[in-house]
Amino acid sequence: MPPLPFEKPVAELEAKIAELRQVASADIAIADEVERMQAKIDRLLAGIYAALTPAQKVAVARHEARPHFSDYVAGLFTEFTPLAGDRLFGEDAALLGGLARLNGRPCAVMGHERGRDTQSRITHNFGMARPEGYRKAQRLVALAARFGLPVVTFVDTAGAYPGVGAEERGQAEAIARSMQVFLAAPVPIVTVVIGEGGSGGAIAIACADRVYMLEHAVYSVISPEGCASILWRAAAQAEEAAAALRLTAQDLKRFSLIDGIVPEPVGGAHRHPEQAIQATGRQISRALNALTPWDGPALVQRRKANFLARAGGDL
Amino acid sequence: MAMNWLTDFIRPRIRSFVAPKDVPGDLWSKCPACEGMLFAPDLKTSHNVCTHCGHHLRMPVKDRLALLFDGRCYKTIAPPSVPDDPLRFRDRRRYTERLREARAATGLRDAITIAHGTIGGRGVVAAAFHFSFMGGSMGVAVGQGFLKAAREAVARRAALLAIPCSGGARMQEGALSLMQMPRTVLAVEEVRAAGLPYIVLLTDPTTGGVTASFAMLGDIHIAEPGAMIGFAGQRVIAETIRETLPPGFQTAEYLRENGMVDMVVPRKEMAAMLGRVLGLVMPDAEAA
Repeated sequence: MPPLPFEKPVAELEAKIAELRQVASADIAIADEVERMQAKIDRLLAGIYAALTPAQKVAVARHEARPHFSDYVAGLFTEFTPLAGDRLFGEDAALLGGLARLNGRPCAVMGHERGRDTQSRITHNFGMARPEGYRKAQRLVALAARFGLPVVTFVDTAGAYPGVGAEERGQAEAIARSMQVFLAAPVPIVTVVIGEGGSGGAIAIACADRVYMLEHAVYSVISPEGCASILWRAAAQAEEAAAALRLTAQDLKRFSLIDGIVPEPVGGAHRHPEQAIQATGRQISRALNALTPWDGPALVQRRKANFLARAGGDL
Repeated sequence: MAMNWLTDFIRPRIRSFVAPKDVPGDLWSKCPACEGMLFAPDLKTSHNVCTHCGHHLRMPVKDRLALLFDGRCYKTIAPPSVPDDPLRFRDRRRYTERLREARAATGLRDAITIAHGTIGGRGVVAAAFHFSFMGGSMGVAVGQGFLKAAREAVARRAALLAIPCSGGARMQEGALSLMQMPRTVLAVEEVRAAGLPYIVLLTDPTTGGVTASFAMLGDIHIAEPGAMIGFAGQRVIAETIRETLPPGFQTAEYLRENGMVDMVVPRKEMAAMLGRVLGLVMPDAEAA
């Protein structure tokens, strides 16, 4: 996998280490040298990642080695039992979900899955859900509400799929209804934006009691490319658009649109997926513990009040 | 309200709605659908419906509200004021500059008007979008306006009538505009919880985050003929699927065919249909 452009100095050092290891395998002097270079890499990475620009964060958020929904499920949940279908039209593999246990306690879990290789990306439609995905999400929330299970959602999508079939089957209605169902569910809901939070397709499963973002995740009303092509009339201005849109986790926190930021390992979640997954798991557990036990109506009331208080404030 | 809006408002509006470049003077314009010549006084009488082909041109909110409310009579309610430009957004131009320009051109503060009156004798609070104000896009001001309209409906025991005419979310307000989607959904919930009807009158165009929030959650969806209604833009879809789009794609009629809209009603019959529907769902006790 080619390194991100701003990671080039790191990649060069990593290549040198690999070279050293090849030329002399049992030399002690080389071990010292490798250690020294590794320390330099860590310093470099810490520096680079502390100062990522918004456009660079977009690239990190979309990094192909970044942990996906399925990785979080495998790393944090047991007995994951996928459930399929919206009972209306079909199954959508862009938005996966089902029942599982978190720390031994049953819950519902769902999220966008982008896929890893060409074949699985096609299977999962690059994480861009169709109405069936959002209707399955509604079904899962209703199921969780019926059995008193908390809901955990993972957001990672460029957006809801823009296709003829999706429009025909009511993409807009599916997203709107999904928000309505989430906002009225009498069980705790915790959302983590793990990669890209793309517009309506993201917020459809992010109307939660607690919303977190990974340190280098982004969450936006429109992709920087889309914004640039409309407002600058040039997709090449995506870098400027990324900055103007204020789409970083730090921006969202500053505007009080999310509850917290999950720190990523040095060099980003794609470098140490397991660390990122475990940190996310700890945040989810803390949030659910704080929300448990719950009184359904009071929980719904607070969730509604939270959203009304955001981005304008209640009247 | 003085009646001089007929002369002060309609004429300049018509000029801006139809391409005046290739038509002589102010009195004539061209139908964007059939290219037939339209005489301004005729267009006024027909409520901006093409006198040749029946194409529904866009219509200023003032005219639309006058057409819908009983006796052309309604009162506006000031939307809550919100701070401008929370992100200090700048593309090729500053957002504050675009706002200033839109305000100067329309005389509006933002893209939403709240009005109350009666339709068919039933109390109604309307939340109507101005496409002429930055494409009717929904930012914090519009979200707050919509919430205010819902609260007014509940306080007055009136129906809420949403009249979207919008390209979607206001990009210049980033995630703050995205948050207006759940916020307007909550506004609708308050009306429903109060047992009051929520009607959506879908006009051309209704797209993006506006469609994917309050506009698709009505008790009843009524659309104007030919109105473009959808989630994704046609250019984006065409680029994604690399195919030409089916004829009539994302029109009001297409949405009715696909089960997303209850009925497509011509403009001249709209007030009567709204009155009829409201009469059927609102008990007489709540007639205003």
